[in-house]
Formats: sequence, C-alpha cells, structure tokens
Amino acid sequence: MADAALPRTRSRTRREPGARLGRLALRGVAWVYLGLMVLLPVAAILKAGFAQGLSSLSAALSSFGAWAAIRLTLEMALATAVINGVLGTLLAYVLVRIPFPGRGLLSTIVDLPFAVPTLVAGVMLRALYGPNSPIGGFLANHGVDVIFTQIGILLALLFVTLPLVVRTVQPVLLELDPAEEEAARVLGAGRWTTFRKVMFPALLPAIAGGMLLTFARCLGEFGAIVIVSGNLTGRTLTAPVFIFQLVSQFRYPEAAAVSALLFGMAFVLVLITERLVSKRTAGYTG
Amino acid sequence: MTTSAPNVDMAVPPRPSTGHGIEVEGLTKRFGSFVAVADVGFSAVDGRITALLGPSGSGKSTVLRMIAGLERPTAGRITIAGEDQTGASVQDRRVGFVFQHYALFRHMSVRDNVAFGLSVRKVGKADRRKRVDELLELVQLGPFADRYPHHLSGGQRQRVALARALAPRPRVLLLDEPFGALDARVRQDLRHWLDKLHRDLGVTSLLVTHDQEEALELAQTLVVMHRGRVEQVGSPEAVYNEPATPFVAGFVGAANVLTGRVRGGRLQVNGEQVLWDAAHIDDGSEAHAYIRPHDVRVSGSRENGGSLPGVLERSKDLGWMSKLHVRLPDGQVVIAHIPNEELGAHQPGDEVWVDLRNAKVFAPGEGDGPGLADPDLGADDAESAATATAAG
Amino acid sequence: MSAVRERTPPLETLDLDARSGNHDARRGRRVRAAMLTAALLYVLVLLVAPLAGIVVSALKGGIGNFLRTFTDHDALHAFLLTFLIMVVTVVVTTVFGLVVALVLARDRFVGRRFMSALVDLPLGVSPVIVGLMAVLLFGRGGWFESFFAARGIQIVFALPSMVLVTTFISIPFTIREVVPVLQELGTEEEQAAWTLGASRLRTFFRITLPNIRWGLWYGIALSAARAIGEVGAVLIVAGPIQGQTETSTLYILRVFDQSHSSLQDQAGYVVAFTLAAFSIVLLIGIELFKRRKIKEAGR
Repeated sequence: MADAALPRTRSRTRREPGARLGRLALRGVAWVYLGLMVLLPVAAILKAGFAQGLSSLSAALSSFGAWAAIRLTLEMALATAVINGVLGTLLAYVLVRIPFPGRGLLSTIVDLPFAVPTLVAGVMLRALYGPNSPIGGFLANHGVDVIFTQIGILLALLFVTLPLVVRTVQPVLLELDPAEEEAARVLGAGRWTTFRKVMFPALLPAIAGGMLLTFARCLGEFGAIVIVSGNLTGRTLTAPVFIFQLVSQFRYPEAAAVSALLFGMAFVLVLITERLVSKRTAGYTG
Repeated sequence: MTTSAPNVDMAVPPRPSTGHGIEVEGLTKRFGSFVAVADVGFSAVDGRITALLGPSGSGKSTVLRMIAGLERPTAGRITIAGEDQTGASVQDRRVGFVFQHYALFRHMSVRDNVAFGLSVRKVGKADRRKRVDELLELVQLGPFADRYPHHLSGGQRQRVALARALAPRPRVLLLDEPFGALDARVRQDLRHWLDKLHRDLGVTSLLVTHDQEEALELAQTLVVMHRGRVEQVGSPEAVYNEPATPFVAGFVGAANVLTGRVRGGRLQVNGEQVLWDAAHIDDGSEAHAYIRPHDVRVSGSRENGGSLPGVLERSKDLGWMSKLHVRLPDGQVVIAHIPNEELGAHQPGDEVWVDLRNAKVFAPGEGDGPGLADPDLGADDAESAATATAAG
Repeated sequence: MSAVRERTPPLETLDLDARSGNHDARRGRRVRAAMLTAALLYVLVLLVAPLAGIVVSALKGGIGNFLRTFTDHDALHAFLLTFLIMVVTVVVTTVFGLVVALVLARDRFVGRRFMSALVDLPLGVSPVIVGLMAVLLFGRGGWFESFFAARGIQIVFALPSMVLVTTFISIPFTIREVVPVLQELGTEEEQAAWTLGASRLRTFFRITLPNIRWGLWYGIALSAARAIGEVGAVLIVAGPIQGQTETSTLYILRVFDQSHSSLQDQAGYVVAFTLAAFSIVLLIGIELFKRRKIKEAGR
C-alpha cells in the first residue's frame, strides 16, 4: 500500500502495525471464546435435534404428556407476561413518578429476583404456602392449594420475572418529557385520556419488549418451578422439566428436538425484544 | 536536516531546538472512498503558533490527528523537529495534544492528571512533584491540585488539559479546537491567556480552529483548509488582504460578493464599467468580486469612475460604526461598515454612490466560498450570505 | 416529535394539580395513592412475603438447626462447591467478557452484529437445555467424549462440565453491562494517555479499567448471583452425587425431593436461607454499583 513507499523510520520507534495486530488478537480471542462457549453447544443441540429430520421431534411430542407440557408452559408464560406487563408498568410508574419515603428500598426489592437463586425463590414459596405453614394450611382448608398446582407455577414465574418489565419500562419513562403530559392536560385532556393518548403510546414498545422478555424467560424456567410444581405429568409438568425427564431417561435425540423447538422460540423473542427496546432508546438519544 | 535520534528513555529531555517545527508533505487520508485530506503540505515554524483554519468537515482535525499519530495517513510524510515520524507510534512522537472536550482523566485529581505523562516517562517522584507544581502555577490552578475534573469549570479544565500536555515537555503542542466547547467570554479570556503563555514558553504550536478571529489573533501563520485541501498558507495579513481563492476571501473576514461580467480585462457590474482588474479571466465570462464591508465608502455624489449608484435601504447604528445596506439597480446588495464619524447624513431611501475598494475578482468554479452568492440570488439571500460570512 | 430533546430529570411532582380545580386535585391525589397502594401490595405479596416465609421457616428450628446443618459434611461440601464454581465462573466471564466488550464497543468489523447476538444468546436458552448441550458434547457418544476419555479426563458428572454450563449461562451479564459504559466513555481519554506516552496496556489498566469499574462490578455481581443460583443445567451435568458433585442448590433440591420429615425440610430451609442471605448481600452490592455507575455516567 501507500505506506510501503514511505521512508522507513528509525529503529527505536515502535510502529503502528503493533496496535493493529493487538486489535486483531483481541478480536480473535473474542471469537474463539464465544465460538467455543456459545456457538459450539448450540450447534450440538441443533444437530442432535434434527439429526433424524423431524422424527425425533414427533417421537418426543408423541410421548405421554408432551403436548400438555408445552401447552402448560405457553399458557403459564402468557399469563405471567400479561400480569407482570400490567403490574410491572404500574410499578415502574410508581418508582419514577410518585415520590414517597422508601422509594429507594422498593426499587431495591424489585431487583430481588435478579439476585435470589430461582430455586430459592421456589423454596420461599414452599415455605410460605406449603401445607405445613400457617398460610398454606389456612388456604388448604378453604380449598385452595398453591404448592404442586398451577397456582404455584404461576407465582414462581411471577416472582422470577418481576424486574424484567419494570426495568425495561423505567428508563423510557425517565426519558419521557413531562411537558408532553402537561401540554395535554393544559389542552383540557383528562388524566385517563392523557395516559391513553400521550404516555401509553410512548411506553408501548418498552412494555411489549419487557413482556416478550418475560415470556421468553418463562419458557425456559426450571429452578423456581421444579420445587413447587410437583411435576405431575399432564397437570403441572412444564416443558423444561419434561426435557429434564427425557434426559434422565437418556432419550437425548428427543430431548434435543424439544430443546431446539423451545430454544428457537425463546431466541426469536429475545431478538425481537432487542429490536423493540433499542429502537426506542435510539430514538431518544439520537 | 541532521538531528540526533530522540532519546526516549531519558527522563524529560529538554526540547530540542532544531529550527524545524512540523513539516507535512503530500498528506492524504481516505476513509473508504471518501477523501478526508488530499495532498496537504505546509510547515509550522519552530517556536511559533500556526493555525489550521477551516469550516467543520474541512479535514483540519484529521491532519492534526495524523500529526499526533492518532490516525494513520493513507499517503504522505510527517516530520517533527527534523525527524520523519510518519510511521512512528503515538507514544513515541512526544507531542502534546489538547482535545476540544478536554479528555481529562475523570478518576484522577488535577495533580495526577498533570503528573500522568511524567510517570509514564519514569520521572522520579521528587522531580515529578516539582514539575507538576511548576505547571499548576503556570496555569494558575495551584489551589485546585487535589480537586477532580468534575469540580472544575470548562475553562479550568482546559487549562489542566494544557498543563497535562505540557508537563512532559513535548516537542510540539497540538491543539484541537481547544476553546470550541467554551462560552464566548471564557474563550476570549483563554485566548489572551494562551497568547501570553506561548510568549513565555515558545513551544511550537499547531492550533486547529474554525474561528477566524481566533486564528488571526493567535497565529503567526495561517493554513486555510477547505474540503480536505489547503487553500492558502500565509501570514494573517496576507491571507486577509490577499486571499488566494474565493473561499479564503469569503471565509477569512466578511465579504460582499458581487456578480458581474468581464469586458476587456475589467469586471463590469451593473452595466457600469468598474476599475477592477480581471485580466486573468476570459473575456465575456461571468465573475465574482469580493469586497470587505469596511472597504466600501458611501457618499452622496460620484467620487470616481469606479463608483456605482444605488439606493440606501437600511442604516443600523452599532455604536461605533454603522451598517449600511445599499441596493444596486440590478438588485444586488452591498453591505458597508462605516465608522460613525465618517458617516454622512444619509437617510434610507436616499440615492447614494458606493465606492468599492480592494476588490478581489475570481472566476466562478475557482472553489466555492461559503455563502457565495448565486448570480440569480435575490437581495435578501445575498444579504444573509454576507452576514453569514461576517459571523465567521 | 422533536428530534432533539433535553434530558429531563425525573419528575418529582407532577405539578398539574395547582392548575386544575381543587376537586380535580383531590381526585389526582386519590388516584396516585391508589396506584401506590396497589404497587406496594403486589411487591409485598409476591416478593416480601415469601422472603419472610423462608426466614421464619429457617429460624423455626432454632440455632441448633443451623449448627446441625453447618456441621453436616454434605451441606458444607455443597457450599464449598458452589463457591468454587462461582469463583471460576466469575473469573472466566470477567476476563474474557472484558475482551469481548472491548471488541464490541471499539472495533468495527464484519460479523459484529453476529458476535453481539452470540453474547445475548444464553439469555434465551433454558438452563435444562444448556445441561443437555454439555451432555451432547462431552457425555456418552458426545462429540468430544473419546478425546477426553482417552486422556482420562472426566468432564460430565464432574466439576469441569459444571463450571462450563455455569459459565455459559453467566456470559452475557458482564458484557452487557460493560459495553454501554465503554461506548459512553468514548476513546478521547485513552488517546490523551497515548499522546502522553502510555502504552496500550498501561492505558487500559490506568485509564479504561478505572473508568468502567462500577459497571464491571455490577456485571460481576450479576454473574455471581446467577452462578450461585444455577440449578437446572448443573443438575443434568452433575448427575449429583451427595458430597461430591452436589452444589448447594442441588442439595436443597434433593432434600425437598426426598423429604418425608420436617426435620429434613429444616436443613433445606437453612441452606436456602443462607443462599438467600448471600444473594441479598450481593443485591445490595448490585444496587450500590448501579448507583455509582449512574452517578459516574452523569459527570
């Protein structure tokens, strides 16, 4: 290139190609790390899942309780996403817009599920609602069982995913200009109209993003569920637990096929979410 | 051209006085297919301030960054203090660099910021302390030594940045729009202060700026850049009084732009013969004359053959001088800046004569000046173009 | 909407009430009070009550219960194993995570988006599937089974695979926290250090690293929390053997699976309580780091 034509510099000076080499080396390390740690395992599961075409998948799906497990997982994920979508948005609003003593504490508590092991979350629910606990006993006497039922699964999923919507909506709410709301109010719009017409459209991508993230997370949750659900085939057996059972029976190809299905769904959702959320923030910072 | 190789290991060597500042030849930088800098050459004289002046996007910062070694040139040659530095690493060039946004190390105190370059060059603790104190004294920030950058004002931060750059006794000082992020008032103060500092230290400096006033005030040599190329190199007086291109005429100082046609080696404006030499332009072609607002005289009667008739449209008193707008019969507007004591009693609507001096005539296509008036432009556009250039 | 917008500070009081009538102001206050109550109730029932539940359950057995559990060989071993896995995971994800974050934030190259997607990918994978991946690679009939078997290295049902799956799951946290901080930081300070003669390595340790430290600590805390809590993936690759490949979470799982007495349950609650306590300490750390990070960014 053009540099070759330039006169050589004295030997004492380091030359720039060193820096370029360093950059290439860094890039190489990054690729090898992610390639070995992420890409290779994913390739393994996809290959095992589709090694026999779709026959492993159909074999897996035809086994007893498979469909029920997938259906239950989807239903539970949907319910969780909706409930935490609504209440998570409410929480984000309260955290950003309503001043009250203890706001910092509430904000910290909301992050609790990020820190607490999911299995421990399950244990917590069991301690609170288990048949031996006062509350669990009281509820059982009134015909409501939490542990080993779908209610337990739902509570576990709600616990584990609560911060997701809150933390996606919160930054957007922070960036939202209150002047827009004030303008709407000055123009005579009521509180509800202002929320519906001004705030909600601005928050929608973030809420949707947070809900998708919640949904995806629910598809794969294992730790929180396994200890509260009782894993009764056809009633409280979710897809991840179902995969676990297949693996324990050494039915790898079938486990891989269901995994590939689940993984595909979750990953597409995560990608869509990234789009939704980053587009929104890009619009604000750009 | 012979100088000893820089002794990198030696702790803070004295600045070698070689008689050579910075020399740049054929410097070119391409980003993909975009040519940011094309065949730039100039030299910055030892011990002086040289200004790289141009609008944003003219490539001046890229030139500075290539000299510092922060950017690799596609082609060309860079010599600092007589040594070829084209392929040298940033670290080995021993230049002081001052960034527009200060780039202070935010997690370090003012003292540690200034000491950083010294500790990198393995200066002993005692010497380091002495030199830092000396520099903080110099930039008048002694009492702030233990503060952190976010406690300081913009002007103070830039002074710390300057002290930090000067601490390891760089061979040259490179300043990239150093006052660009500051308020007008602070800019003014820092400009005077830098001027004084430079008088005291005499370090070879290269200043990148888009502010012509700043360049004219501080620099002994101007390098005017436009679209990646050098338009003119010269002293401030030469660049101001004898602009080499229409771009320079329009960018450095304000200028009226009048459009006319060349007839027999003279530029004709408004159908009148005006005594402007245009022998270098083909007969019959269109050309533009650039006239500074303070080179325009307005009088009630024809003073000489070069005067043009017009109607005074507006007169604005700016305190010590007035700004007059005169519309020529063909619709073109001339703006005049006239000291109030020389101002006649002209009222808007009066017929007046304008005498235009020191006009520079350029053929169109000799490079475009900012706000270069289109021949068909309405008067208002021409006016805003002229004021735009006046604003720099 | 306007393209450029001032960053507005969080609104402390939506001061509309002053403008509207008194009646409307009262209604506004009532609406806000209702929202606040609903939000607090939800958090109370969903998060705080279970937390209280485990505290009560763990403390019910008294101090003797704690002593019994902490002197139990299996429980102790489980704690140690969890701690060991966490340390290795955090070190690996921090060191390599920093490299990936630097590349993603500073380098421009073909495939950058793909690399970014690879970083996010573990977030979308169920832990159970992660365990299955490891089994497929290193287990019976796996891609690398013969390679390691020939060298006498046990991967599956042993520590290496447990570390591997935990690392997989913890990969995104550090990187996702550090990349935005690096981007926000820009490169000018680093360039300034270079012009002052600092080498690239020195610049990284003296300038870049101190500037990203709170974001990095935040990512590390999140990774650590994830590593401690991992259960599904580890369960599959550990084929847990009591006192050998049983982590704290697997210990809890076993105790509750087999429990026929509340005494056994007690041990599970104690271990779970300990993990919860540790993670709450981490959480407080996370919150502090986050606040420092935000404060730092505001400068």
